[in-house]
Amino acid sequence: MERNPMRRQLAIMRQSLFDQGHVDEQFVQLEELQDDANPNFVEEVVTLYYRDSARIILNIEQALERKPFDFRKLDAYMHQFKGSSSSIGAKKVKAESTLFREYCKSGNGEGCMRSFQQLKKEYATLRKKLGAYFQLARQAGPVETASRPK
Amino acid sequence: MEVAGEVLASEFQLHVLAVDDSHVDRKVIEKLLKISSCKVTTVESGARALQFLGLDEEKGSLGFNGLKVNLIMTDYSMPGMTGYELLKKIKRSSAFREIPVVIMSSENILTRIDSCLEEGAEEFLVKPVKLSDVKRVMNDCIMRGETEGNNRRRVDKRKFEDDNHASSSSSSSSSIPSSPSSPLPSSPSTAATSSPLHSLKRAKLRDHN
Repeated sequence: MERNPMRRQLAIMRQSLFDQGHVDEQFVQLEELQDDANPNFVEEVVTLYYRDSARIILNIEQALERKPFDFRKLDAYMHQFKGSSSSIGAKKVKAESTLFREYCKSGNGEGCMRSFQQLKKEYATLRKKLGAYFQLARQAGPVETASRPK
Repeated sequence: MEVAGEVLASEFQLHVLAVDDSHVDRKVIEKLLKISSCKVTTVESGARALQFLGLDEEKGSLGFNGLKVNLIMTDYSMPGMTGYELLKKIKRSSAFREIPVVIMSSENILTRIDSCLEEGAEEFLVKPVKLSDVKRVMNDCIMRGETEGNNRRRVDKRKFEDDNHASSSSSSSSSIPSSPSSPLPSSPSTAATSSPLHSLKRAKLRDHN
């Protein structure tokens, strides 16, 4: 199996992650930490993120089922979630987290619920896209240098 | 700067204790530090950090933990003990106050930055922390002479800084008094625990805003 077409496809996929705003500069920072000793570092971090954040998502869901909303608690959960999302460069997810927190601060329950639905969508979309990307990356084999988006 | 790093790597490594309740962030900071040629220990809370250092309040005496810690990097927002509270405990301990402490926070709040610097934090890094941030912190550590048994250069650097900055009344000895100094008229109040680099760093952080 030829690597070059795969690598080309990988590069296209990667570029679209940036172009569509799913990931930001922090993702590049993580890529730059990959080396021969840790060729799947980014995938490991992302896997860890989805594992850990599942718990927070559940906590928020449960908190949104209790009326009246405990905005302080909701904000605290989202602060945690936003932090991890930011650490992996999850741009859209992070933006939605910020919005959610603003709704918490202004005590806007409807806004929180809407924003949370949107957040879960972005979160799921990112997971699918990154999943496909990492799968292809494994097949394509190790890349020597990380290329920055233009 | 690169040369200093290379020299350091071949002779000894900085041992960094990284404290963060986020598993993801611990993994990332560990990698950033390892890539910067440091020995790393990560813990998930301030309490664990104190235990590791041997400042366990329950035990009451210093425990033996093997490797000396040259630098502590801690997240600010953590459940239980915050990074700020951890910073205070370290700076108020006679055994560990010399260890530089760097605070990491996702929130770029000026009053927060100021309080941390005033309590003696070396730097305040805004998350997500980048490799360039870590490298800068490492270089500052090296410049300060925070390597095994080398405190002379730090004293000299402080003297030099004193000549150039109208900062607090720091003495030339290496021990840092923990009582607050009186506020200076021209600059914001600086505790005696802060190094003369703080006023410069604070200016840098403000510019960054």
